[in-house]
Amino acid sequence: MAEAKAAQPATMFEKIWRRHVVVDRPDGYTLLYIDRHLIHDGSYNAFQRLAANGMKLRRPDRAYATPDHYMPTNTRDKSTIADPNHKRMVVGLTEHAAATGVTIFDIGDRRQGIVHVVGPEQGITLPGITLVCGDSHTSTHGALGCLAFGIGSSEVTHVLATQTLWQRKPKAMRVNIEGQLGFGITGKDVILAIIAHIGAAGGTGHVLEYAGSGIRQLSIEGRLTLCNMSIEGGGRAGMIAPDDKTYEFIAGRPYAPKGEAWDRALAFWRSLPSDDGASFDREVTLVGPEIAPMVTWGTSPEDAAPVTEAVPDPAAAPDAARRDGQARALAYMGLEPGTPIAEIPVDRVFIGSCTNSRIEDLRMAAAVAKGRKAQIPSWIVPGSGIIKEQAEAEGLDKIFTEAGFEWREAGCSMCVGMNGEIGRPGERIASTSNRNFVGRQGKGVRTHLVSPAMAAAAAVTGHFTDVRRMLPA
Amino acid sequence: MTQSSKEQPPPFERLTGTAVAIDQPNVDTDQIIPARFLALPRAEQVAHLFNDVRYREDGTPREGFPLNAPTAAGAQILIAERNFGCGSSREHAVSVLVDNGFRVFIAPSFGDIFHNNSFQNGALPIRLPAERIREMIDHLARRPDARITVDLEAQTVTGPDNWTQSFEIDSFRKQCLIEGTDDISLTLSYADAIAAHEQRAAAETDWL
Ligand code: SF4
Repeated sequence: MAEAKAAQPATMFEKIWRRHVVVDRPDGYTLLYIDRHLIHDGSYNAFQRLAANGMKLRRPDRAYATPDHYMPTNTRDKSTIADPNHKRMVVGLTEHAAATGVTIFDIGDRRQGIVHVVGPEQGITLPGITLVCGDSHTSTHGALGCLAFGIGSSEVTHVLATQTLWQRKPKAMRVNIEGQLGFGITGKDVILAIIAHIGAAGGTGHVLEYAGSGIRQLSIEGRLTLCNMSIEGGGRAGMIAPDDKTYEFIAGRPYAPKGEAWDRALAFWRSLPSDDGASFDREVTLVGPEIAPMVTWGTSPEDAAPVTEAVPDPAAAPDAARRDGQARALAYMGLEPGTPIAEIPVDRVFIGSCTNSRIEDLRMAAAVAKGRKAQIPSWIVPGSGIIKEQAEAEGLDKIFTEAGFEWREAGCSMCVGMNGEIGRPGERIASTSNRNFVGRQGKGVRTHLVSPAMAAAAAVTGHFTDVRRMLPA
Repeated sequence: MTQSSKEQPPPFERLTGTAVAIDQPNVDTDQIIPARFLALPRAEQVAHLFNDVRYREDGTPREGFPLNAPTAAGAQILIAERNFGCGSSREHAVSVLVDNGFRVFIAPSFGDIFHNNSFQNGALPIRLPAERIREMIDHLARRPDARITVDLEAQTVTGPDNWTQSFEIDSFRKQCLIEGTDDISLTLSYADAIAAHEQRAAAETDWL
């Protein structure tokens, strides 16, 4: 590829974008090459459309599939899926993968799991690549320094058929977290604080790059959590510059380069981070040490507040639209203005989802659960079969079951409840997932988004609790 | 290029019709069609547009929800507040609106994926300034049968008070909508460029 001689300082996004341009049209549209494509069991229609038009999958070697949305998490037996429409989705993925030659990590394979957990875990997600999936939380993968974004079902068909996508180049926004995060603060708290700050549409049309010492400090798991929720801040994608933690995380994974190829890849990856002086269309900065454990109180991810604060009073909202919105959210959530968040009782806990189901998440939750007793029904749903195995090898499952938590199989589960795992109307759930929308976890269910440690603290106390007081130092 | 890879609605030009206003920001795709209906065949999804906010527990319509107003029948234009269609990538959120007769969505801003998905289904998402949206919503509250005209060729919306406001649209998307072009056939005309890119990339990043 022809690189400009005295190159302008470029953002990481710009560098990755440029390498993947197939065609630049004068009208501003770009045909972008897609390096890796992840597929889940909701992609049934996309395959059907491909077949119905007699089209072939251009690069089956670039696509990886795993069922996650529709499979129940109390069994690994597909034949027990009661709803015929759900079964068609799960079985359909197996059949479509077989018919097209796509690699599949199917139910029963230890590598199966939530598609956004499986990609990084298998080394499919690598720095510098373009990666798409027919799911909005594809932004997760950018934590390893790639350009990853969610697409709709028609676009999935387009990628299957052409390995490309038509895109208008998004703008670039940098979100800086300056200063070290405090004790017990996780990637989840950071991203909820960011969304509360920029708003649910704050990143619309932008790719968000997270930077600063508070970000570097995060583990890869924490970074994946953070990038996962870029979409909740309106972002097209989220990304974090790769560093030694990234390379250490990737090394040795099945689909990652090995031997001499690793050395070549590493040299390339080191050239990816945004250059000094690269300009962003927008920039915001949050103060790391000020971030506290966060809890959402409303029905948009931007409705988030520190656990030390109280439910806001709509009367104090800056304008009428926001006042009405907050009042509507509080009515749905069954909350009174001014109630301290730490006094809100919780009916159920869900620890899982592509946001927070990785080994570090489970370790944090177990550290809180250890030697205590869950006061309410509480589920742990690991993100993949491999994570489940690892947690069991570390004895985390014992800690959870002894504390009265339910230990389940890998999948999306109660994050979206497409597999039928939902809450009851009116039920209040402390959830480590990413969306607190009206009805997201079942009709009438009230969802509060929190970190795994905060969810475990709610499980053992029956209400929201500042987990910093419960974590072993 | 008429070869179509899916159920493509007819090409879009100009329409005049009634509108429904959902006066809320951040209307997410889970509200537009809740997750439990996504595995249903498309023909069965049509009845579940805004299901949980539109109907009571027993299936009877909630008064006051805009889509349940008698004047909502036959509306082709949907007007909403900022960040409409945020949330999941589910394309059903667009197709269920299209199957209910909507061809135009007007809001100050949209969820990015919903915006892209609209074009894929022959629907036109239009961003207008928040003040214009407010005017239209207020007007519709008084006169729910007011008519709005959308002219894609001229890139204008003419409101119930006869003001005309122009809107921006990518010429690429505009052309696709007007001609009913299918993206995949268009892309396949660039097959040589794709192959050339693959060759170059195979040499540069041979570990993929
Ligand atoms: S865990 Fe939730 S957000 Fe993630 S892919 Fe599954 S349903 Fe979507």
